[in-house]
Amino acid sequence: MSLFGRLRESLSRTTTQIVERFDEIVRRADEPEQRSRPVDVDTIEALEELLIMADVGMPATEQIVNAVSTRARRGEGLRDMVKDELRGIFAASAQPIPNGTTPHVVLIVGVNGTGKTTTVGKLANLSKNSGQRPLVCAADTFRAAAVEQLEIWATRAGVDIVRAREGADPAAVVFDAISSGRSRGRSPVLVDTAGRLHTRVNLMNELEKIRRVASREVPGAPHEVLLVLDATVGQNGVTQAREFMGAAGVNGIVLTKLDGTARGGVAVAIAHDLKLPIRYVGIGEAMEDLIPFSPDDYIEALFQETW
Amino acid sequence: MFDSLSDRLQGVFKTLRGQTRLTESTVEAALREIRLAMLEADVNFKVVKAFVDRVRDRAMGQEVMKSLTPAQQVVKIVREEMIALFGDTEGGLKPAARSPRVILLLGLQGSGKTTTAAKLARWLTKQGRHPILVSTDVRRPAAIQQLNVLAQKASIRACDPAGELDPVKRASAAMTEAANTGFDVVIVDTAGRLHIDDELMVELQAIKDAVQPTDQLFVADAMTGQDAIKSAGEFNHRVGVTGVVLSKLDGDARGGAALSVVSVVGVPIAFVGSGERIEDLEPFHPDRVVSRILGMGDVLSLIEKAEAAIDVEQAERLEQKIRLDDFTLEDFREQLRTIRKMGPLESLIGMIPGMGSMKALADHKPDEKQLTRIDAIISSMTAEERRKQDIINGSRRKRIARGSGTSVEEVNRLLKQFVQMRKMLKSIGGMGGGKKGRRKAMGMLHAMEHGRRN
Repeated sequence: MSLFGRLRESLSRTTTQIVERFDEIVRRADEPEQRSRPVDVDTIEALEELLIMADVGMPATEQIVNAVSTRARRGEGLRDMVKDELRGIFAASAQPIPNGTTPHVVLIVGVNGTGKTTTVGKLANLSKNSGQRPLVCAADTFRAAAVEQLEIWATRAGVDIVRAREGADPAAVVFDAISSGRSRGRSPVLVDTAGRLHTRVNLMNELEKIRRVASREVPGAPHEVLLVLDATVGQNGVTQAREFMGAAGVNGIVLTKLDGTARGGVAVAIAHDLKLPIRYVGIGEAMEDLIPFSPDDYIEALFQETW
Repeated sequence: MFDSLSDRLQGVFKTLRGQTRLTESTVEAALREIRLAMLEADVNFKVVKAFVDRVRDRAMGQEVMKSLTPAQQVVKIVREEMIALFGDTEGGLKPAARSPRVILLLGLQGSGKTTTAAKLARWLTKQGRHPILVSTDVRRPAAIQQLNVLAQKASIRACDPAGELDPVKRASAAMTEAANTGFDVVIVDTAGRLHIDDELMVELQAIKDAVQPTDQLFVADAMTGQDAIKSAGEFNHRVGVTGVVLSKLDGDARGGAALSVVSVVGVPIAFVGSGERIEDLEPFHPDRVVSRILGMGDVLSLIEKAEAAIDVEQAERLEQKIRLDDFTLEDFREQLRTIRKMGPLESLIGMIPGMGSMKALADHKPDEKQLTRIDAIISSMTAEERRKQDIINGSRRKRIARGSGTSVEEVNRLLKQFVQMRKMLKSIGGMGGGKKGRRKAMGMLHAMEHGRRN
């Protein structure tokens, strides 16, 4: 099955719900006699509700709704207009991934319970399958059994792991992993960090230290700092992204657990408010269920078929 | 927690307060802000709509429009309606009809079930119960081990039948062990699952049938968004939910999901998780949380925390000492330790009325490490030095700095601040203290946390 197909399949539950509601709105708005008129208040309200219920957040919702209500007379379909707006928001957030020096260092950060360890396991698998020789680094020395969990993933993916004792200094483990990656010719080095709430200053400083150690070892490292967000997260996701950008230099998002009914609309909010690109999406529990994010596929999958 | 919603509502009410009479347009403006604030706090869209309508109906009513203090009237209405939304059920666990009590923890992946299981066991132990833990999570790698490690740290029995990979059999084994050895609470941790995963929901029902739980607690992440209602509703529909545990409430998540799940799904919030330590689980108090949202502070929780941490005799002794001007570095260290027993400083400050909205505090997050350093400095002194700080000369300071891993400057700063603090304590004479003295005391504590010079 194509990646697009897989994404569409995982989003299908999401889609049916969105689409059913949306269909109703759109059918009314797109009837020929309605097309040349401004969009009526009911439609705008329904659209607003729909976007907010998908966790898209107020600023992005307002932008989309305003755009739709001002452009509505041009005879375009409502559906295309909303898609256009979403596409515009994602396009404005696109950034290239910094690279050049090796090993390529990727830090995986986020609050507790979003799926960081699982994402590192899946990323290792993805990178190995694309012909790279990844090394995973277990720098979550806080949570009970986190290292063991990552070890199991590493074994499944068939990649090497650098680990430390529970309670060890995470920055030291990262140092070990980078030196080991360099001497064994491994890249990327994928670093799993402990979950931390963005309000805990000391824990955020710890990330700063990891960054410092990485950049001393490899110029330009960490090349990627990926914030893992759970698709069920609400508007606090925007705050998380903002804080982790400031303290840890986050330059990309991984959106996990998209196989539920949550829409991960916060991704739109983050792209809109913070111009942070989404790099990967997690769409299931199997090892292959992490795929690179494509805005077009996401939007198409979200708004496919019935309308 | 809830800071932003609280700040915004306070902002709205500040503008309302300036007016002697309410007009429809000012009420509408306030309602718009309330709506926005609630949506940004992830309160469910439909709940917001209903809430705003109810407040509008009452605020436009005669009693308010004619009242001389319309702003207070609106605040009162919002408060009452919020309490109605949260439900007026106090948290905690209802008395169980039979023994052992069996608690089943359910929820999505990553909501915090395993951590909650250990915290709950700890809480029950403090209530004089004898809980036993069992993990039925055979899916997530190392999940069983995680629970075992947590249980061991808290000295709680975790039932782990070696090699048993059937969730139902694992749960039953714990039931048997409880019956044979006299544990009176069985806490069953389950694998995280999506509410739409049929296979796993069936498994959950099988576990439920096997253990016949007295409580089915749904663990929900405070950071969750609009989807919370759907997942909680589906769990309730498929296996039944008797209460909600709201986890990760120690961040700045606004927890609007809390409001929504209670009102839409109709189950009360039993506990809230307020930190990473195993003690950080408290029964939920709806009225207190509403007060906190409205910026009235959560003084009751603060008092409870203080009561749990402070030894009454010790406090009396301290007061006596302050009165006699006999307050030593030794006492100071004891006091610092008492404060730290109450939990992270940040969460304590949030409970003090008005503090949540103070901009100055937001910029200067208290630094726990600084307190550790102060403790280390005092601990590196001899007993005599602690009693008579005057004898601490240059060479003693050098020794203390070396012993505590700090610098002579830091030792100097601490001593200087301690002398000032003593002077001030003397002038306000014990615990009473005027407004000015208190403010000064706060400022000083603050400066110490940040290691700045006064």
